[in-house]
Amino acid sequence: MALTIASREVDGVTVLDLSGRITLGEGSVQLRDAIRDLISKGQKKILLNLGEVNYIDSSGLGELVSAYTTAKNQGASLKLLKLTKKVHDLLQLTKLYTVFDISDDEASAIASFR
Amino acid sequence: MESVSEIEKAAERMAEEAGLNEDERFHVSMAVREAAVNAVLHGNQYDPGRKITVVFENTGKALVFTIADQGNGFVPEEVPDPLSPENLLRGTGRGIFLIRQLMDEVHFRQLNPGTELRLVKHLAPDKKT
Repeated sequence: MALTIASREVDGVTVLDLSGRITLGEGSVQLRDAIRDLISKGQKKILLNLGEVNYIDSSGLGELVSAYTTAKNQGASLKLLKLTKKVHDLLQLTKLYTVFDISDDEASAIASFR
Repeated sequence: MESVSEIEKAAERMAEEAGLNEDERFHVSMAVREAAVNAVLHGNQYDPGRKITVVFENTGKALVFTIADQGNGFVPEEVPDPLSPENLLRGTGRGIFLIRQLMDEVHFRQLNPGTELRLVKHLAPDKKT
């Protein structure tokens, strides 16, 4: 299943609900475009909900990092919400768990942007 | 990239038939996918005139996946460590690292031209070190 991205606003935070796979050719580019679109519109608070992401590869991990650095370089903040076990384990393996601000609870994640 | 998806699915099926648990199946399918992506992208550099060769084998003691490209070859020891602070925020360069982490054994062989990766997942539960 390819990646689907739904966008919603909660208290000034743009939440992107991601579902499916973030892999080379199946979601990496969609994610990149979605982040760039938000940044270009001046959105400074972005929360990626990965609760329905059932597969990610090294390209997808790289895309998450690029999204993070792109946001940071533009003065925006990008955080992660609800990791599946697979994504969690890969972020641990690659030490990216130390890079991202990660939350399991949406309300707490939204509040952390204030 | 369609061939990569086919290879990934075949590895997943083989892992399932061998009785691996969900985590192990994911590790196998992901490592094989990463190796296949490397072969197509970095090895053969998307050249349709170059082929990748994939051989799957269940020896009874291990699943063995051999993936070979026809590229210019590379030195695995020269791949930068993606965990070092200067590389942690790079957008690429985690594939080989993940393959090594997810499989029990990873062997590289230069083919002149090309590179062969042999990925091994032991079937005995206590073999993982």
